[in-house]
Amino acid sequence: MALTLFYITSAVAIFATVMMITRLNAVHGLLYLILSLLAVGVLFFLLGAHFAAVLEVIIYAGAIMVLFVFVIMMLNQGQRTIDQEQAWLKPGTWIGPTLLALILFAEMLVIVMSGDRADTGYIVNAKQVGTVLYGPYLLAVELASMLLLAGLVGAYHLAKPILIPRGHKFRLSGQAAQLSFKLRKPGRNV
Amino acid sequence: MSEISIEQGLLLSAALFVLGLIGVLARRNLIMILMAMEVMFNAAGLAFIVAGSRWGQADGQIMFLLILTLAAAEVGVGLGLVLQIFRRFHTLDADSLNGMRG
Repeated sequence: MALTLFYITSAVAIFATVMMITRLNAVHGLLYLILSLLAVGVLFFLLGAHFAAVLEVIIYAGAIMVLFVFVIMMLNQGQRTIDQEQAWLKPGTWIGPTLLALILFAEMLVIVMSGDRADTGYIVNAKQVGTVLYGPYLLAVELASMLLLAGLVGAYHLAKPILIPRGHKFRLSGQAAQLSFKLRKPGRNV
Repeated sequence: MSEISIEQGLLLSAALFVLGLIGVLARRNLIMILMAMEVMFNAAGLAFIVAGSRWGQADGQIMFLLILTLAAAEVGVGLGLVLQIFRRFHTLDADSLNGMRG
């Protein structure tokens, strides 16, 4: 049974990824990307990596995708966004991801209903992962914490608004030079 | 042992990685490029989990955790750069950002 579920989930993952890279609208692509991540989470569960499956849903499909949503929403504002939102509420936009999510949900129901008899892969539980993580891999954990700190500082620094001193000239070429003139107009909050 | 063989898992992982690579190469929207990179990270994590499941060891999941950390840091910095690029150039087209200073 696990093999059938594996094939269905693989098909969902690949279909969602293909749809993701062919969408013209970033938010539509994001919906399919979340479905692809959820499908891979189900695959982790089928392979017996329950802890990784939970992390995939919470961190990847939850936290990291929220960052994408924030940035996409920050980059378009005003009336155009409202028109877009109205267009997005049409069923054609969300029916695909919803169907894929329903397939994954049905798979989850099948697994839960079958109880302990679901022959998933060799189960490596969270306790084993934790024991090894804080044993031989302690240095890797420290390195990961340093990496996250660097990422935090970098993201904070990079996302700050640009402050252009008076009289300072941006040396940009072509179209970008005209845009930099627009940026330096007084009263414009950039 | 599981019915799912390691070959099938690695094949799926390779397919997802290639799809992500196609996305990075073919799309020109910076946000879409970052999203395709997420798919590639995810495919690499899937390969680790498949191998960890094959040998019944926890190392695969630990490598996945490290990939998750890397992806989180990469997305934070990458989206910060995207915001800065949009503020300066008012576009997200990677092809229009071909001028360097100096």
